Amino acid sequence: MAMFSQNPLMNGPNYSFNEGPKVNAPEGARQHRFDPYTDNGGSTLAISGADFTIMAGDTRLTSGYSINSRYHPKVFKIGGTTADQHDATLCLSVVGFAADGEALKERLDAICKMYQYRHGKPMSVKACAQRLSTILYQKRFFPYYVYAILGGLDEEGKGAVYSYDPVGSYEREQCRAGGAAASLIMPFLDNQVNFKNQHVPGSGEGHALQERERKPLTRSEVEILVKDVFDGAVERHIEVGDGLQMMVITKNGIEEIFLPLKED
Amino acid sequence: MDHRPQAWGRPRDDVYGAYDASYLQTSGPKNATQSPVVTGTSVIALKFKDGVVMAADNLASYGSLARFTDVKRLRVFLDSSIIGFGGDVSDMQYLDRHLNELAIDEAYDNDPSTVPSDGTSPPGTLNAANLHKYLQKLMYKRRNDFDPLWNQLLVAGLDADAKPYLASIDLRGTTFTSPTLATGFGSALAQPIMRRYASTEEQAASRTREEAIEVAKECMKVLYYRDARSLDRYSIAVVTKEGVELKQDELLERQSWAFAERIRGYGTQTV
Repeated sequence: MAMFSQNPLMNGPNYSFNEGPKVNAPEGARQHRFDPYTDNGGSTLAISGADFTIMAGDTRLTSGYSINSRYHPKVFKIGGTTADQHDATLCLSVVGFAADGEALKERLDAICKMYQYRHGKPMSVKACAQRLSTILYQKRFFPYYVYAILGGLDEEGKGAVYSYDPVGSYEREQCRAGGAAASLIMPFLDNQVNFKNQHVPGSGEGHALQERERKPLTRSEVEILVKDVFDGAVERHIEVGDGLQMMVITKNGIEEIFLPLKED
Repeated sequence: MDHRPQAWGRPRDDVYGAYDASYLQTSGPKNATQSPVVTGTSVIALKFKDGVVMAADNLASYGSLARFTDVKRLRVFLDSSIIGFGGDVSDMQYLDRHLNELAIDEAYDNDPSTVPSDGTSPPGTLNAANLHKYLQKLMYKRRNDFDPLWNQLLVAGLDADAKPYLASIDLRGTTFTSPTLATGFGSALAQPIMRRYASTEEQAASRTREEAIEVAKECMKVLYYRDARSLDRYSIAVVTKEGVELKQDELLERQSWAFAERIRGYGTQTV
């Protein structure tokens, strides 16, 4: 099915307008059926560190070759006690079909708020992650066409990133890219965050070659990495651009950073 | 002759045959709109420092036929917001009736004489941002039911802080905001002109009402030149904190078709 073709391992970058329904009608015959989904492009990214998590997304909203909006944030604070989310501890990024993303965000936010009112404490990332999976799976046969990433700090104060597919499969990861340019970004992150294919120089030949020791990146390293990643994605994917929104989640709260990207 | 009241005004069975009751069946698959029928073309809107300008022509097309030439596609909501409708006209009229009901319900609850002097809407009344959220939920619900309202809407007015507000909703419930917005053909033909006028919120906030109206009129002209489903009669509305000024029967001014002389490649000319 077209909606699962964004798996970065399966194929190259996809454009939303290649994903229209394929009609098995004779040549020339037109069959019109309402397609409830579109892809609004854009890309998201989350990286967890030792005591922080950074979530990022571009702010372009497209349909086909049109740019509908240059400022449409994809990363949201979740579960604060008020509408302005000043005391939120979690972040959700949604990319894919924008209307479903909005609906999913509002549902998860409402659930986190109810949890807070009932239990007198904010939801943990782990609990919220499981709940988000359930929400997605409840719509298994009419899915939210959304690649969601949830970020926060775990019970030990370490950065936590949970990534999802549209029907609710999820896992905790060190880092994850989602959306239109996921297939461009993810291999780069594998190399730069998890040091894949990086070896200790001169440590030997073949199997004797030693892997570079893995250690979590610092906040400033991650911020620079995120900027570079999006500058790269903007160059190579037409649905990514305009602005970069970054949420830095630490024990002191969530800091929001906005930076310009190319608008071409 | 059957004189029973139940038979009054009904086609006679002995003349027309028994009525085929299968047409009245309420079970079985429902028929939702699968494609638009009578349609309106582009709506355009742009912000300026005190409010928003919106324009749409007065044509409702039936395919390529210019079927109804006096259809008003901009409507005012509670004297404080405007909604522009692109797409199916019957769905527009349904939404119009629905919004009339909503406006009446709102009027019961709120006293318009309590309007604060700072231009913000009185507490409890629906401003443009609230109206936009309402319509978004409505459109998204209908798409979830596979019974979409085949429209793209632009909502303009002021938000809770009395700042100019402009946003779009489509038949799938997708929403977005921008300093300038256009639906349909307008997104290809008018948006580039409007983005030259203001590509950011800051630029839009430095523009005057007169500049915005001038650009809107220019865009309507360009759309009339190149959109075959458009008309030279149009509606234009300006919303500010003073209220809504709506003109529904404007005529395009200063048209020049001289460019048409130079068009080659279509029609019967040789060369």
